[in-house]
Amino acid sequence: MAAASEICVRARDVIRKFDDKKVLHDISLDVAKGGIFGLLGPSGSGKTTFVKLIAGIDEATSGQIEVLGTPMPKLAMMVRIGYMAQSDALYAELTAKENLEFFGALFGLRGSRLKQRMHEVMALVNLTDHMERSVGAYSGGMKRRLSLAIALLHEPEVLILDEPTVGIDPVLRKSIWDELQSLSRQGTTILVTTHVMDEADKCDRLGMLRDGRLIASGSPEELKSRTGSATIEEAFLYYGGARA
Amino acid sequence: MRIRALVIRIVRQFLHDKRSMALLIVAPLLVLSLMYLVFNGDTYEPKIGTVQLPEAVSQTLGENGADVTAYDSEAEAEEALAEREVDAIIRLDGAAPAVKLEGSDPARNRAVMAAVQKAMQAQQGPGGSPAGAAQAPVIEYLHGSEDMSSFDNFGPVLIGLFAFFFVFLIAGVSFLKERTSGTLERLLATPLRRWEIVAGYMIGFGIFTSIQAALIAGYTIGVLGSLMAGSFGCVLLIMLLLSLTALSFGTFLSAFANTEFQMIQFIPLVIVPQVFFSGLFDLESISPWLRWLSYITPLKYGADALRGVMIRGEGWSAIAPDIGVLLALTLVFMAANVLALRKHRKI
Repeated sequence: MAAASEICVRARDVIRKFDDKKVLHDISLDVAKGGIFGLLGPSGSGKTTFVKLIAGIDEATSGQIEVLGTPMPKLAMMVRIGYMAQSDALYAELTAKENLEFFGALFGLRGSRLKQRMHEVMALVNLTDHMERSVGAYSGGMKRRLSLAIALLHEPEVLILDEPTVGIDPVLRKSIWDELQSLSRQGTTILVTTHVMDEADKCDRLGMLRDGRLIASGSPEELKSRTGSATIEEAFLYYGGARA
Repeated sequence: MRIRALVIRIVRQFLHDKRSMALLIVAPLLVLSLMYLVFNGDTYEPKIGTVQLPEAVSQTLGENGADVTAYDSEAEAEEALAEREVDAIIRLDGAAPAVKLEGSDPARNRAVMAAVQKAMQAQQGPGGSPAGAAQAPVIEYLHGSEDMSSFDNFGPVLIGLFAFFFVFLIAGVSFLKERTSGTLERLLATPLRRWEIVAGYMIGFGIFTSIQAALIAGYTIGVLGSLMAGSFGCVLLIMLLLSLTALSFGTFLSAFANTEFQMIQFIPLVIVPQVFFSGLFDLESISPWLRWLSYITPLKYGADALRGVMIRGEGWSAIAPDIGVLLALTLVFMAANVLALRKHRKI
Protein backbone atom coordinates (compact mmCIF):
# COMPACT_ATOMS: atom_id res chain seq x y z
CA MET A 1 0.00 0.00 0.00
CA ALA A 2 1.07 3.57 -0.64
CA ALA A 3 2.50 5.81 2.09
CA ALA A 4 -0.01 7.64 4.31
CA SER A 5 0.66 11.02 2.70
CA GLU A 6 -0.24 9.58 -0.68
CA ILE A 7 -3.62 8.36 0.46
CA CYS A 8 -6.72 10.42 -0.19
CA VAL A 9 -9.51 8.21 1.13
CA ARG A 10 -8.89 5.48 3.69
CA ALA A 11 -11.78 3.26 4.71
CA ARG A 12 -11.36 0.63 7.46
CA ASP A 13 -13.94 -2.05 8.30
CA VAL A 14 -16.79 0.22 7.33
CA ILE A 15 -20.25 -1.07 8.18
CA ARG A 16 -23.44 0.82 7.49
CA LYS A 17 -26.76 -0.50 8.74
CA PHE A 18 -30.17 0.97 8.03
CA ASP A 19 -32.36 -0.25 10.86
CA ASP A 20 -31.31 -3.89 10.92
CA LYS A 21 -30.36 -4.21 7.29
CA LYS A 22 -26.64 -4.21 6.61
CA VAL A 23 -25.99 -2.24 3.43
CA LEU A 24 -22.20 -2.17 3.65
CA HIS A 25 -20.19 -5.12 4.99
CA ASP A 26 -16.71 -4.45 6.41
CA ILE A 27 -15.38 -2.37 3.57
CA SER A 28 -11.67 -1.53 3.73
CA LEU A 29 -10.27 0.44 0.86
CA ASP A 30 -7.54 2.95 0.06
CA VAL A 31 -7.87 5.52 -2.68
CA ALA A 32 -4.56 7.11 -3.68
CA LYS A 33 -4.23 10.84 -4.28
CA GLY A 34 -4.64 11.95 -7.87
CA GLY A 35 -6.13 9.71 -10.49
CA ILE A 36 -9.66 8.50 -11.06
CA PHE A 37 -11.04 5.82 -8.81
CA GLY A 38 -14.10 4.04 -10.13
CA LEU A 39 -16.59 2.37 -7.84
CA LEU A 40 -18.26 -0.23 -10.01
CA GLY A 41 -21.36 -2.14 -9.10
CA PRO A 42 -24.95 -2.76 -10.05
CA SER A 43 -27.80 -0.72 -8.70
CA GLY A 44 -28.40 -1.53 -5.03
CA SER A 45 -24.84 -2.65 -4.40
CA GLY A 46 -24.20 0.14 -1.89
CA LYS A 47 -22.20 2.54 -4.09
CA THR A 48 -24.22 5.61 -3.19
CA THR A 49 -24.27 4.71 0.51
CA PHE A 50 -20.50 4.34 0.45
CA VAL A 51 -19.72 7.62 -1.33
CA LYS A 52 -22.12 9.48 0.98
CA LEU A 53 -20.02 8.27 3.91
CA ILE A 54 -16.91 9.58 2.18
CA ALA A 55 -18.59 12.89 1.37
CA GLY A 56 -19.50 13.27 5.04
CA ILE A 57 -23.25 13.40 4.52
CA ASP A 58 -23.78 10.13 6.33
CA GLU A 59 -21.97 8.41 9.16
CA ALA A 60 -20.78 4.80 9.29
CA THR A 61 -22.39 2.52 11.86
CA SER A 62 -18.92 1.25 12.68
CA GLY A 63 -15.43 1.50 11.18
CA GLN A 64 -13.45 4.57 10.15
CA ILE A 65 -13.30 6.73 7.08
CA GLU A 66 -10.53 9.28 6.65
CA VAL A 67 -10.34 11.81 3.86
CA LEU A 68 -6.94 13.49 3.44
CA GLY A 69 -6.00 12.23 6.89
CA THR A 70 -9.09 13.64 8.65
CA PRO A 71 -11.74 11.33 10.12
CA MET A 72 -15.14 11.90 8.51
CA PRO A 73 -17.71 13.31 8.87
CA LYS A 74 -16.18 16.71 9.54
CA LEU A 75 -17.75 20.02 8.55
CA ALA A 76 -14.42 21.73 7.86
CA MET A 77 -13.64 19.05 5.25
CA MET A 78 -16.69 19.92 3.16
CA VAL A 79 -14.80 22.79 1.55
CA ARG A 80 -12.15 20.37 0.24
CA ILE A 81 -14.68 17.93 -1.18
CA GLY A 82 -16.88 18.40 -4.21
CA TYR A 83 -19.97 16.21 -4.32
CA MET A 84 -22.37 15.54 -7.13
CA ALA A 85 -25.41 13.57 -6.03
CA GLN A 86 -27.14 10.91 -8.07
CA SER A 87 -30.28 13.02 -8.34
CA ASP A 88 -29.89 16.52 -9.72
CA ALA A 89 -30.14 18.61 -6.61
CA LEU A 90 -30.91 21.90 -8.28
CA TYR A 91 -33.42 24.66 -7.65
CA ALA A 92 -35.69 24.47 -10.67
CA GLU A 93 -37.24 27.91 -10.10
CA LEU A 94 -33.85 29.59 -10.27
CA THR A 95 -31.63 30.25 -13.25
CA ALA A 96 -28.35 28.37 -13.65
CA LYS A 97 -26.53 31.54 -12.65
CA GLU A 98 -28.56 31.87 -9.45
CA ASN A 99 -27.94 28.21 -8.59
CA LEU A 100 -24.20 28.71 -9.08
CA GLU A 101 -24.19 31.92 -7.05
CA PHE A 102 -25.98 30.18 -4.19
CA PHE A 103 -23.68 27.18 -3.97
CA GLY A 104 -20.63 29.37 -4.59
CA ALA A 105 -21.58 31.58 -1.65
CA LEU A 106 -22.03 28.52 0.59
CA PHE A 107 -18.41 27.65 -0.14
CA GLY A 108 -17.29 31.20 0.59
CA LEU A 109 -16.73 32.30 -3.00
CA ARG A 110 -17.65 35.88 -3.75
CA GLY A 111 -17.14 38.85 -6.00
CA SER A 112 -14.93 38.59 -9.06
CA ARG A 113 -13.54 35.22 -7.95
CA LEU A 114 -17.05 33.76 -7.93
CA LYS A 115 -17.81 35.25 -11.32
CA GLN A 116 -14.61 33.89 -12.80
CA ARG A 117 -15.19 30.39 -11.41
CA MET A 118 -18.81 30.40 -12.63
CA HIS A 119 -17.70 31.12 -16.16
CA GLU A 120 -14.92 28.57 -16.02
CA VAL A 121 -17.12 25.69 -14.86
CA MET A 122 -19.97 26.57 -17.20
CA ALA A 123 -17.56 26.65 -20.14
CA LEU A 124 -16.24 23.29 -18.98
CA VAL A 125 -19.65 21.63 -19.17
CA ASN A 126 -20.56 23.57 -22.30
CA LEU A 127 -23.47 25.50 -20.79
CA THR A 128 -22.19 29.08 -21.07
CA ASP A 129 -25.02 30.04 -23.42
CA HIS A 130 -27.64 28.81 -20.96
CA MET A 131 -26.42 30.72 -17.92
CA GLU A 132 -29.51 32.92 -17.61
CA ARG A 133 -32.05 30.20 -18.29
CA SER A 134 -34.30 28.82 -15.61
CA VAL A 135 -33.15 25.32 -14.61
CA GLY A 136 -36.74 24.11 -14.86
CA ALA A 137 -36.41 24.48 -18.64
CA TYR A 138 -33.18 22.42 -18.78
CA SER A 139 -33.09 18.93 -20.28
CA GLY A 140 -32.00 15.99 -18.14
CA GLY A 141 -28.50 16.01 -19.60
CA MET A 142 -28.11 19.75 -19.07
CA LYS A 143 -29.14 19.38 -15.43
CA ARG A 144 -26.52 16.65 -15.00
CA ARG A 145 -23.89 18.94 -16.46
CA LEU A 146 -24.95 21.85 -14.27
CA SER A 147 -24.72 19.58 -11.21
CA LEU A 148 -21.20 18.71 -12.26
CA ALA A 149 -20.35 22.38 -12.74
CA ILE A 150 -21.59 23.13 -9.21
CA ALA A 151 -19.49 20.30 -7.76
CA LEU A 152 -16.41 21.76 -9.47
CA LEU A 153 -17.14 25.37 -8.52
CA HIS A 154 -14.99 25.66 -5.41
CA GLU A 155 -12.05 23.72 -6.91
CA PRO A 156 -12.19 20.81 -4.47
CA GLU A 157 -9.18 18.58 -3.91
CA VAL A 158 -11.45 15.55 -3.85
CA LEU A 159 -14.30 15.19 -6.29
CA ILE A 160 -17.02 12.64 -5.56
CA LEU A 161 -19.37 11.98 -8.47
CA ASP A 162 -22.33 9.66 -8.08
CA GLU A 163 -23.25 8.32 -11.53
CA PRO A 164 -22.24 11.52 -13.33
CA THR A 165 -22.94 10.40 -16.88
CA VAL A 166 -26.43 8.93 -16.58
CA GLY A 167 -28.68 10.33 -19.28
CA ILE A 168 -25.89 12.15 -21.09
CA ASP A 169 -25.36 11.53 -24.78
CA PRO A 170 -22.19 9.66 -25.84
CA VAL A 171 -20.48 12.69 -27.37
CA LEU A 172 -20.91 14.74 -24.25
CA ARG A 173 -20.07 11.75 -22.08
CA LYS A 174 -16.74 11.52 -23.77
CA SER A 175 -16.07 15.21 -23.29
CA ILE A 176 -16.95 14.94 -19.59
CA TRP A 177 -14.57 12.00 -19.18
CA ASP A 178 -11.83 13.92 -21.01
CA GLU A 179 -12.41 16.77 -18.59
CA LEU A 180 -12.26 14.44 -15.56
CA GLN A 181 -8.99 13.04 -16.85
CA SER A 182 -7.53 16.51 -17.29
CA LEU A 183 -8.65 17.46 -13.76
CA SER A 184 -7.02 14.36 -12.36
CA ARG A 185 -3.78 15.21 -14.16
CA GLN A 186 -3.88 18.56 -12.37
CA GLY A 187 -3.94 16.69 -9.07
CA THR A 188 -7.63 16.36 -8.20
CA THR A 189 -8.59 13.00 -6.78
CA ILE A 190 -11.77 11.82 -8.44
CA LEU A 191 -14.05 9.18 -7.04
CA VAL A 192 -16.76 8.18 -9.45
CA THR A 193 -19.49 5.56 -9.19
CA THR A 194 -20.83 3.85 -12.25
CA HIS A 195 -22.70 0.77 -13.30
CA VAL A 196 -21.57 1.12 -16.91
CA MET A 197 -18.77 -1.39 -17.40
CA ASP A 198 -17.12 0.37 -20.36
CA GLU A 199 -16.72 3.54 -18.30
CA ALA A 200 -14.78 1.49 -15.78
CA ASP A 201 -11.97 1.05 -18.32
CA LYS A 202 -11.35 4.79 -18.22
CA CYS A 203 -10.57 4.74 -14.49
CA ASP A 204 -7.05 4.44 -13.13
CA ARG A 205 -8.20 2.12 -10.37
CA LEU A 206 -11.40 0.26 -9.68
CA GLY A 207 -13.29 -1.07 -6.70
CA MET A 208 -16.00 -3.62 -7.41
CA LEU A 209 -19.01 -3.59 -5.12
CA ARG A 210 -21.67 -6.27 -4.97
CA ASP A 211 -24.35 -6.63 -2.30
CA GLY A 212 -22.49 -4.23 -0.04
CA ARG A 213 -19.19 -6.12 -0.21
CA LEU A 214 -16.01 -5.02 -1.89
CA ILE A 215 -15.32 -8.04 -4.08
CA ALA A 216 -12.16 -6.78 -5.81
CA SER A 217 -9.97 -3.75 -6.33
CA GLY A 218 -7.05 -2.83 -8.56
CA SER A 219 -6.33 -1.24 -11.93
CA PRO A 220 -8.56 -2.36 -14.80
CA GLU A 221 -5.62 -4.21 -16.40
CA GLU A 222 -4.77 -5.99 -13.15
CA LEU A 223 -8.34 -7.09 -12.65
CA LYS A 224 -8.60 -8.38 -16.19
CA SER A 225 -5.27 -10.18 -16.22
CA ARG A 226 -5.79 -11.68 -12.75
CA THR A 227 -9.03 -13.24 -13.86
CA GLY A 228 -7.96 -13.94 -17.41
CA SER A 229 -10.86 -11.88 -18.74
CA ALA A 230 -11.01 -9.77 -21.84
CA THR A 231 -13.41 -7.24 -20.39
CA ILE A 232 -14.21 -5.65 -17.05
CA GLU A 233 -17.64 -7.19 -17.23
CA GLU A 234 -16.16 -10.69 -17.33
CA ALA A 235 -13.85 -9.80 -14.45
CA PHE A 236 -16.86 -8.61 -12.47
CA LEU A 237 -18.70 -11.84 -13.17
CA TYR A 238 -15.63 -13.80 -12.04
CA TYR A 239 -15.39 -11.96 -8.72
CA GLY A 240 -19.12 -11.98 -8.32
CA GLY A 241 -18.95 -15.78 -8.17
CA ALA A 242 -20.71 -16.44 -11.44
CA ARG A 243 -17.64 -18.17 -12.86
CA ALA A 244 -15.75 -19.37 -9.82
CA MET B 1 -22.39 34.86 4.94
CA ARG B 2 -23.83 31.38 4.37
CA ILE B 3 -27.13 32.37 5.95
CA ARG B 4 -27.20 35.41 3.68
CA ALA B 5 -26.71 33.17 0.64
CA LEU B 6 -29.62 31.03 1.78
CA VAL B 7 -31.82 34.08 2.36
CA ILE B 8 -31.01 35.51 -1.07
CA ARG B 9 -31.81 32.15 -2.65
CA ILE B 10 -35.18 31.88 -0.90
CA VAL B 11 -36.11 35.43 -1.89
CA ARG B 12 -35.18 34.73 -5.51
CA GLN B 13 -37.12 31.46 -5.56
CA PHE B 14 -40.12 33.32 -4.22
CA LEU B 15 -39.88 36.07 -6.80
CA HIS B 16 -39.77 33.43 -9.55
CA ASP B 17 -42.70 31.51 -8.06
CA LYS B 18 -45.69 33.73 -8.76
CA ARG B 19 -48.18 31.15 -7.55
CA SER B 20 -46.84 30.85 -4.03
CA MET B 21 -46.55 34.60 -3.89
CA ALA B 22 -50.23 34.86 -4.78
CA LEU B 23 -51.19 32.26 -2.21
CA LEU B 24 -49.30 34.12 0.47
CA ILE B 25 -50.52 37.62 -0.38
CA VAL B 26 -53.70 37.53 -2.43
CA ALA B 27 -55.46 34.50 -0.96
CA PRO B 28 -55.74 35.79 2.63
CA LEU B 29 -57.01 39.16 1.40
CA LEU B 30 -59.60 37.48 -0.80
CA VAL B 31 -60.85 35.19 1.96
CA LEU B 32 -60.96 38.06 4.44
CA SER B 33 -63.02 40.14 2.00
CA LEU B 34 -65.49 37.29 1.57
CA MET B 35 -65.73 36.83 5.34
CA TYR B 36 -66.34 40.53 5.68
CA LEU B 37 -69.20 40.40 3.20
CA VAL B 38 -70.72 37.38 4.93
CA PHE B 39 -70.49 38.55 8.53
CA ASN B 40 -70.94 42.26 8.07
CA GLY B 41 -74.24 42.01 6.18
CA ASP B 42 -77.44 43.54 7.56
CA THR B 43 -79.19 41.67 10.33
CA TYR B 44 -81.55 39.03 9.08
CA GLU B 45 -85.19 40.06 8.65
CA PRO B 46 -87.34 37.16 9.78
CA LYS B 47 -90.25 36.35 7.49
CA ILE B 48 -93.40 35.92 9.57
CA GLY B 49 -96.72 34.74 8.29
CA THR B 50 -99.83 35.90 10.13
CA VAL B 51 -103.26 34.32 10.24
CA GLN B 52 -106.10 36.69 10.90
CA LEU B 53 -104.03 38.87 13.16
CA PRO B 54 -105.25 42.37 13.97
CA GLU B 55 -103.80 44.94 11.61
CA ALA B 56 -102.17 46.84 14.48
CA VAL B 57 -100.22 43.77 15.61
CA SER B 58 -98.98 43.03 12.09
CA GLN B 59 -97.86 46.60 11.76
CA THR B 60 -95.92 46.53 15.04
CA LEU B 61 -94.24 43.30 13.90
CA GLY B 62 -93.22 45.03 10.69
CA GLU B 63 -91.87 48.00 12.62
CA ASN B 64 -89.75 45.65 14.71
CA GLY B 65 -87.80 44.14 11.90
CA ALA B 66 -90.05 41.40 10.54
CA ASP B 67 -91.15 40.85 6.98
CA VAL B 68 -94.86 40.14 7.48
CA THR B 69 -97.11 38.25 5.09
CA ALA B 70 -100.80 37.89 5.92
CA TYR B 71 -102.58 34.59 5.14
CA ASP B 72 -106.31 34.05 5.06
CA SER B 73 -106.45 30.54 6.39
CA GLU B 74 -104.36 28.49 8.73
CA ALA B 75 -103.88 25.75 6.11
CA GLU B 76 -102.42 28.24 3.66
CA ALA B 77 -100.01 29.53 6.31
CA GLU B 78 -99.00 26.00 7.31
CA GLU B 79 -98.20 25.23 3.70
CA ALA B 80 -96.06 28.35 3.38
CA LEU B 81 -94.22 27.30 6.54
CA ALA B 82 -93.59 23.82 5.16
CA GLU B 83 -92.33 25.32 1.90
CA ARG B 84 -90.02 27.56 3.96
CA GLU B 85 -91.53 30.68 2.45
CA VAL B 86 -91.89 32.00 5.99
CA ASP B 87 -89.85 31.30 9.11
CA ALA B 88 -92.82 31.33 11.48
CA ILE B 89 -96.56 31.78 11.59
CA ILE B 90 -98.48 33.69 14.22
CA ARG B 91 -102.14 33.30 14.96
CA LEU B 92 -104.35 34.18 17.85
CA ASP B 93 -105.20 31.29 20.11
CA GLY B 94 -108.05 32.88 22.02
CA ALA B 95 -106.55 36.10 23.34
CA ALA B 96 -102.91 34.96 23.45
CA PRO B 97 -100.81 34.86 20.30
CA ALA B 98 -99.42 31.43 19.28
CA VAL B 99 -96.15 31.25 17.35
CA LYS B 100 -95.15 28.26 15.25
CA LEU B 101 -91.54 28.23 14.03
CA GLU B 102 -90.10 26.47 11.01
CA GLY B 103 -87.32 25.57 13.42
CA SER B 104 -84.48 24.17 11.35
CA ASP B 105 -82.19 27.17 11.71
CA PRO B 106 -81.46 28.42 15.24
CA ALA B 107 -80.34 31.81 13.98
CA ARG B 108 -83.67 32.36 12.24
CA ASN B 109 -85.55 31.11 15.29
CA ARG B 110 -83.80 33.71 17.41
CA ALA B 111 -84.55 36.44 14.88
CA VAL B 112 -88.25 35.55 14.90
CA MET B 113 -88.43 35.44 18.69
CA ALA B 114 -86.62 38.77 19.01
CA ALA B 115 -89.05 40.42 16.61
CA VAL B 116 -92.07 38.91 18.36
CA GLN B 117 -90.86 39.95 21.79
CA LYS B 118 -90.08 43.47 20.66
CA ALA B 119 -93.50 43.73 19.06
CA MET B 120 -95.23 42.50 22.22
CA GLN B 121 -93.34 45.00 24.37
CA ALA B 122 -94.31 47.75 21.99
CA GLN B 123 -97.95 46.66 22.12
CA GLN B 124 -97.97 46.66 25.90
CA GLY B 125 -95.82 49.76 26.13
CA PRO B 126 -98.22 52.71 26.04
CA GLY B 127 -101.24 51.07 27.64
CA GLY B 128 -99.46 48.44 29.73
CA SER B 129 -98.42 48.42 33.34
CA PRO B 130 -96.86 51.68 34.48
CA ALA B 131 -93.84 49.93 35.97
CA GLY B 132 -92.85 48.45 32.57
CA ALA B 133 -93.05 51.74 30.75
CA ALA B 134 -91.45 53.90 33.40
CA GLN B 135 -87.78 52.99 33.37
CA ALA B 136 -86.04 51.73 30.27
CA PRO B 137 -82.52 50.59 31.26
CA VAL B 138 -79.60 52.78 30.25
CA ILE B 139 -77.16 50.73 28.17
CA GLU B 140 -73.45 51.43 28.12
CA TYR B 141 -70.52 49.58 26.52
CA LEU B 142 -67.18 49.05 28.22
CA HIS B 143 -65.67 47.89 24.91
CA GLY B 144 -67.02 47.95 21.41
CA SER B 145 -70.34 49.62 20.67
CA GLU B 146 -73.91 48.97 19.64
CA ASP B 147 -72.79 48.97 16.01
CA MET B 148 -70.19 46.27 16.51
CA SER B 149 -70.68 43.59 13.85
CA SER B 150 -69.75 39.94 13.95
CA PHE B 151 -66.84 40.78 11.70
CA ASP B 152 -65.45 43.17 14.30
CA ASN B 153 -65.55 40.32 16.77
CA PHE B 154 -64.16 37.63 14.45
CA GLY B 155 -61.80 39.91 12.51
CA PRO B 156 -58.83 39.78 14.88
CA VAL B 157 -59.06 35.98 15.12
CA LEU B 158 -59.45 35.60 11.37
CA ILE B 159 -56.43 37.68 10.40
CA GLY B 160 -54.39 35.69 12.88
CA LEU B 161 -55.77 32.43 11.52
CA PHE B 162 -55.07 33.27 7.89
CA ALA B 163 -51.57 34.54 8.56
CA PHE B 164 -50.90 31.33 10.47
CA PHE B 165 -52.46 28.95 7.98
CA PHE B 166 -50.96 30.23 4.75
CA VAL B 167 -47.50 30.65 6.20
CA PHE B 168 -47.64 27.17 7.75
CA LEU B 169 -48.57 25.63 4.43
CA ILE B 170 -46.10 27.44 2.20
CA ALA B 171 -43.15 27.21 4.56
CA GLY B 172 -43.85 23.55 5.30
CA VAL B 173 -44.17 22.54 1.67
CA SER B 174 -41.10 24.56 0.62
CA PHE B 175 -38.95 22.97 3.29
CA LEU B 176 -40.30 19.56 2.37
CA LYS B 177 -39.44 20.18 -1.27
CA GLU B 178 -35.88 20.83 -0.23
CA ARG B 179 -35.84 17.26 1.03
CA THR B 180 -37.77 15.51 -1.75
CA SER B 181 -35.81 17.24 -4.53
CA GLY B 182 -32.52 16.09 -3.02
CA THR B 183 -31.30 19.63 -2.51
CA LEU B 184 -31.28 19.21 1.27
CA GLU B 185 -28.82 16.35 0.92
CA ARG B 186 -26.81 18.52 -1.45
CA LEU B 187 -26.82 21.31 1.14
CA LEU B 188 -25.56 18.87 3.73
CA ALA B 189 -22.55 18.22 1.48
CA THR B 190 -21.59 21.88 1.91
CA PRO B 191 -20.16 23.58 5.01
CA LEU B 192 -23.66 24.82 5.86
CA ARG B 193 -24.57 24.01 9.48
CA ARG B 194 -27.96 22.66 10.48
CA TRP B 195 -28.87 25.71 12.53
CA GLU B 196 -27.84 27.91 9.62
CA ILE B 197 -30.35 26.15 7.39
CA VAL B 198 -33.14 26.74 9.91
CA ALA B 199 -32.08 30.35 10.51
CA GLY B 200 -31.84 31.02 6.77
CA TYR B 201 -35.36 29.72 6.26
CA MET B 202 -36.71 31.78 9.14
CA ILE B 203 -35.17 34.98 7.78
CA GLY B 204 -35.89 34.33 4.09
CA PHE B 205 -39.51 33.41 4.62
CA GLY B 206 -39.75 35.89 7.47
CA ILE B 207 -39.32 38.71 4.95
CA PHE B 208 -42.38 37.60 3.00
CA THR B 209 -44.46 36.72 6.03
CA SER B 210 -43.80 40.21 7.44
CA ILE B 211 -45.06 41.75 4.23
CA GLN B 212 -48.05 39.44 4.37
CA ALA B 213 -48.76 40.27 8.01
CA ALA B 214 -48.63 44.00 7.34
CA LEU B 215 -50.86 43.65 4.29
CA ILE B 216 -53.47 41.52 6.04
CA ALA B 217 -53.62 43.74 9.10
CA GLY B 218 -53.60 46.93 7.05
CA TYR B 219 -56.30 45.67 4.72
CA THR B 220 -58.58 44.43 7.49
CA ILE B 221 -58.29 47.59 9.55
CA GLY B 222 -57.81 50.20 6.84
CA VAL B 223 -59.95 48.94 3.97
CA LEU B 224 -62.52 46.64 5.58
CA GLY B 225 -62.77 49.00 8.54
CA SER B 226 -62.62 46.40 11.28
CA LEU B 227 -62.89 47.79 14.79
CA MET B 228 -59.47 49.01 15.92
CA ALA B 229 -59.19 50.32 19.45
CA GLY B 230 -55.46 49.85 20.09
CA SER B 231 -52.23 50.62 18.29
CA PHE B 232 -51.43 49.30 14.81
CA GLY B 233 -47.84 48.68 15.89
CA CYS B 234 -48.99 46.15 18.48
CA VAL B 235 -51.13 44.38 15.89
CA LEU B 236 -48.17 44.17 13.52
CA LEU B 237 -45.93 42.80 16.25
CA ILE B 238 -48.43 40.08 17.16
CA MET B 239 -49.00 39.19 13.52
CA LEU B 240 -45.26 38.94 12.91
CA LEU B 241 -44.72 36.70 15.92
CA LEU B 242 -47.67 34.53 14.95
CA SER B 243 -46.30 34.15 11.40
CA LEU B 244 -42.87 33.25 12.71
CA THR B 245 -44.45 30.61 14.94
CA ALA B 246 -46.29 29.21 11.92
CA LEU B 247 -43.06 29.31 9.94
CA SER B 248 -41.04 27.39 12.50
CA PHE B 249 -43.93 25.02 13.15
CA GLY B 250 -44.48 24.29 9.45
CA THR B 251 -40.82 23.69 8.66
CA PHE B 252 -40.49 21.47 11.72
CA LEU B 253 -43.57 19.39 10.91
CA SER B 254 -42.43 18.91 7.32
CA ALA B 255 -39.71 16.65 8.73
CA PHE B 256 -42.50 14.16 9.43
CA ALA B 257 -44.01 14.25 5.96
CA ASN B 258 -42.61 12.55 2.90
CA THR B 259 -44.77 14.13 0.24
CA GLU B 260 -46.69 17.34 -0.29
CA PHE B 261 -49.88 15.34 0.19
CA GLN B 262 -48.75 14.18 3.61
CA MET B 263 -48.13 17.82 4.48
CA ILE B 264 -51.74 18.57 3.53
CA GLN B 265 -52.80 15.72 5.81
CA PHE B 266 -51.43 17.70 8.76
CA ILE B 267 -54.05 20.40 8.22
CA PRO B 268 -56.98 18.56 9.87
CA LEU B 269 -54.62 17.45 12.64
CA VAL B 270 -52.90 20.66 13.56
CA ILE B 271 -54.74 23.56 11.96
CA VAL B 272 -58.42 22.74 12.34
CA PRO B 273 -58.24 22.04 16.11
CA GLN B 274 -56.48 25.35 16.56
CA VAL B 275 -59.41 27.08 14.91
CA PHE B 276 -61.72 25.64 17.57
CA PHE B 277 -59.51 26.91 20.36
CA SER B 278 -58.69 30.23 18.75
CA GLY B 279 -61.68 32.06 20.19
CA LEU B 280 -63.96 31.89 17.16
CA PHE B 281 -66.10 29.69 19.37
CA ASP B 282 -66.75 30.34 23.02
CA LEU B 283 -64.22 28.38 25.03
CA GLU B 284 -66.55 28.31 28.05
CA SER B 285 -68.77 25.87 26.20
CA ILE B 286 -65.91 23.43 25.56
CA SER B 287 -65.69 20.55 28.03
CA PRO B 288 -63.32 21.44 30.86
CA TRP B 289 -61.26 18.31 30.29
CA LEU B 290 -60.55 19.45 26.74
CA ARG B 291 -60.01 23.10 27.56
CA TRP B 292 -56.36 22.64 28.55
CA LEU B 293 -55.65 21.94 24.89
CA SER B 294 -56.10 25.61 24.19
CA TYR B 295 -52.94 26.37 26.15
CA ILE B 296 -50.76 24.50 23.69
CA THR B 297 -52.21 26.04 20.53
CA PRO B 298 -50.12 28.96 19.23
CA LEU B 299 -53.11 30.47 17.46
CA LYS B 300 -54.95 31.01 20.75
CA TYR B 301 -52.20 33.28 22.10
CA GLY B 302 -52.05 35.27 18.88
CA ALA B 303 -55.83 35.58 18.62
CA ASP B 304 -56.22 36.56 22.29
CA ALA B 305 -53.62 39.28 21.93
CA LEU B 306 -55.08 40.53 18.63
CA ARG B 307 -58.55 40.72 20.14
CA GLY B 308 -57.19 42.50 23.18
CA VAL B 309 -55.56 45.17 21.08
CA MET B 310 -58.17 45.56 18.36
CA ILE B 311 -61.36 45.34 20.43
CA ARG B 312 -60.34 46.32 23.94
CA GLY B 313 -57.49 48.67 23.04
CA GLU B 314 -54.99 46.89 25.25
CA GLY B 315 -51.40 48.05 25.18
CA TRP B 316 -48.00 46.45 25.30
CA SER B 317 -48.17 45.35 28.94
CA ALA B 318 -51.34 43.33 28.35
CA ILE B 319 -50.06 41.50 25.27
CA ALA B 320 -46.52 40.93 26.53
CA PRO B 321 -47.29 37.47 27.99
CA ASP B 322 -48.85 36.31 24.70
CA ILE B 323 -45.88 37.70 22.74
CA GLY B 324 -43.58 35.90 25.12
CA VAL B 325 -45.34 32.57 24.61
CA LEU B 326 -45.27 32.95 20.81
CA LEU B 327 -41.58 33.81 20.90
CA ALA B 328 -40.86 30.83 23.12
CA LEU B 329 -42.86 28.49 20.86
CA THR B 330 -40.95 29.78 17.82
CA LEU B 331 -37.61 29.09 19.49
CA VAL B 332 -38.75 25.64 20.62
CA PHE B 333 -39.89 24.69 17.10
CA MET B 334 -36.66 26.04 15.60
CA ALA B 335 -34.55 24.03 18.04
CA ALA B 336 -36.68 20.95 17.35
CA ASN B 337 -36.13 21.46 13.63
CA VAL B 338 -32.36 21.67 14.08
CA LEU B 339 -32.59 18.38 15.97
CA ALA B 340 -34.88 16.83 13.36
CA LEU B 341 -32.28 17.60 10.69
CA ARG B 342 -29.90 15.32 12.60
CA LYS B 343 -31.75 12.55 10.86
CA HIS B 344 -29.99 13.65 7.67
CA ARG B 345 -26.60 14.66 8.99
CA LYS B 346 -25.26 14.25 12.49
CA ILE B 347 -22.88 17.21 12.41
